[in-house]
Amino acid sequence: MPGLFIDVKVADAVAKDPELAKKLEEVCPVSIFRANDSGVEIVEENLDECVLCDLCIQAAPDGQVQVVKLYES
Amino acid sequence: MSILITKDTRFLIQGITGREAVNLTRENLDYGAQIVGGVTPGRAGRDVYGVPVYDCVSDVVAAHGKVQGSIVSVPPAFVKDALFEAIENGIEIVVVVTENVPRKDVAQAVELARLRGARIIGPNCLGIISPDEAKMGGVGGPAANTRQAYKKGNIGIMSRSGGMTTEIASTLTAAGLGQSTCVSIGGDAIVGTTYAELMPLFEADAETEAIAIYSEPGGRMEAELAEWVKANDSRLPIVAFMAGRFMDEMKGMRFGHAGTIVEGKEDTTSEKIARMEAAGISVAERIEEIPDLIRKRLNRKGEN
Amino acid sequence: MRFYEYESKALFARHRLPLGKGGVARSREEAASVAREIGGPVVLKSQVLSGGRMKAGAVKFADGPDECPALFDQILPIEVNGQKARSVLVEEKSPVAQEYFVSVTWDGRRKLPVLLFSDMGGIDIEEVAEKHPEHVSKTHFSSILPITPRIAKEAIAATGVSGGHLNKLTPIVFELMKIFLEYDLTLAEVNPLARLEDGRFIVLDGHVDMEAEARGRHKALLAELGVGEDETRQAREPTAFEIAGRKVNEVDHRGVAGNVVEFDGNLGLVIGAGGGSLTLFDAVRKHGGKPANYCEIGGNPSVTKACELTKLILSKPGVEKIAVMMNVVSNTRVDIVARGVVKGCLESGKDPKDVIAIFRIPGSWEDEGFKILEKYGVEYCDRSISMYEAAGKAVAKMGGATS
Repeated sequence: MPGLFIDVKVADAVAKDPELAKKLEEVCPVSIFRANDSGVEIVEENLDECVLCDLCIQAAPDGQVQVVKLYES
Repeated sequence: MSILITKDTRFLIQGITGREAVNLTRENLDYGAQIVGGVTPGRAGRDVYGVPVYDCVSDVVAAHGKVQGSIVSVPPAFVKDALFEAIENGIEIVVVVTENVPRKDVAQAVELARLRGARIIGPNCLGIISPDEAKMGGVGGPAANTRQAYKKGNIGIMSRSGGMTTEIASTLTAAGLGQSTCVSIGGDAIVGTTYAELMPLFEADAETEAIAIYSEPGGRMEAELAEWVKANDSRLPIVAFMAGRFMDEMKGMRFGHAGTIVEGKEDTTSEKIARMEAAGISVAERIEEIPDLIRKRLNRKGEN
Repeated sequence: MRFYEYESKALFARHRLPLGKGGVARSREEAASVAREIGGPVVLKSQVLSGGRMKAGAVKFADGPDECPALFDQILPIEVNGQKARSVLVEEKSPVAQEYFVSVTWDGRRKLPVLLFSDMGGIDIEEVAEKHPEHVSKTHFSSILPITPRIAKEAIAATGVSGGHLNKLTPIVFELMKIFLEYDLTLAEVNPLARLEDGRFIVLDGHVDMEAEARGRHKALLAELGVGEDETRQAREPTAFEIAGRKVNEVDHRGVAGNVVEFDGNLGLVIGAGGGSLTLFDAVRKHGGKPANYCEIGGNPSVTKACELTKLILSKPGVEKIAVMMNVVSNTRVDIVARGVVKGCLESGKDPKDVIAIFRIPGSWEDEGFKILEKYGVEYCDRSISMYEAAGKAVAKMGGATS
């Protein structure tokens, strides 16, 4: 089930980077990212728990991770 | 002036690497606090927002010299030991934010604090704030929110509820009444410092002209305050807000804070209101009545 | 957390406080067999978490085992102050020469344990203190410095007790002081402590309260006494709704969404925090509203927790709308709670704008929270609307209610 309030997008260019996947999993306080063999996976049921801390955005190269507030659209 | 803390108060945070404590550190630093170090056993050498972490309080004191205060944010089972450690290392004021601390542990730490000349605020509290001066604890939340709700002025606040400390301050601020010092004293049956124990400090503070308090059922703290006010002929008008009036009909049920339970007649809101009114304390039925009641009391005083 | 009398006595027995012969009966047959073992006259006492048993007729006397089954049947169904009996304690009944009162509790003002002793036990201690103050002593003692029997001795002697009685009472009272501290009790009371005509001193009735927060430290004792982990021992048994509320709070460790207490109204309350909830509950009632529940959210709960709490309250029969209200929040986030309650409404198959009567949570992250509420068309207000006014708005939407 996707988030009702929050969506997180990881650009294809970095989604397969195992280093970044590990980093994203580590920095997210609400476990939205999971690192697996093929890169990073979004844990959908945790999306709405996002606290907008921006730590994932800071951890990734500029613009490669986006946090979208669905209630703003 | 302010009571308990000033902008020069140097303090540390025990349990600094915990989730809540990390937040507290950020919020207090942003409000201008002088946090010299933090303690989490086994985590020495790290830092939290630039605040160095040590294993022991004694290490903080050895590295940074005299430290006046500490915020204790450790799990309930470790609170007593953390308090003993702070007090035995010369800390003078300790704010305990942790909830669910057994009262024996609190009482024991209070006894030690008495022997050593230290003061405990809490547990189960959000700490102390003197607007524009300093804050120590989670009161008001993030610095920007804190500055919105709290403005410097002449009203002291004492509250058994952390959240209601900010609600009252925000209401006073909106009415143009700033605050001198606001103390969230904690919601447990035994707290380090009661209303009556803070009164002499407010009484001696030239900046404080009136007091607002939040109170609720359970315990004898309001009776103690009423007695103090009468016995000491206090110069300060006090306005109290009493919550939990519905609990008078529900003896033995625990609502709200750990200390909020009606066990006997003296714990009821009606009894407390009667005692406070008899001591000249005005009791508001709604929060929004507090500013007018304070103004009335201050004007009356001015005429005398 | 209150102990039943038989549990209090089991605790006392561990510490060799003198007790009369007796045993717990869970059936009418057992009542007779316990009485048979005792031999002679007995007293049957309902095991219920309340005082006032005698007045309620839940204490009966028998000359021997034959009368016991019938008396058991009489006593067991009696509710005392709304509390059901768990079992019946059958004890020897011996002629009493004198009754004493001993109690240890915390003095929240002095922040010390306090020992109350009277040589006029068995009756209301407040009344004794008023009419015969010289027969009641009040003695504070340290919770960190070593305590010795002289404290008990002085407290007893202060009421005029002397001679052999003083020497026999001292170790009993001192032991009760130690029990109080050792088990994190908030009350350790023996009333009456009896001097029998045959010269023995025994505990006739005991009342022990253990601090709920300290339960974790005394697991072995509680297991030995048979106190279940989910027993709250509040003034009344938790309802199914309240138990479900506790489960919601256990969903994860983030924040609090609990302390749910059931009432029978139509307005569900999603309110917080400790002091704010008390304030808001009063305000709703003052406006003539009928709360369906009390609850507390605080400490920044997860979206899931706020959502589950909302669903639970909306699922309660008779709930027409919910009011989501708190004091100005510091660490709880407005946007997180807004997400949780909106989600809870949607997952309950309800439209948030119809079912949320008012949302009044100002403070941390309010701009973000208000955006969410606007998107779903929920009526909200900021700190310029007081808690009292917000409660009034909610009640006004319920229709039929007066304000």
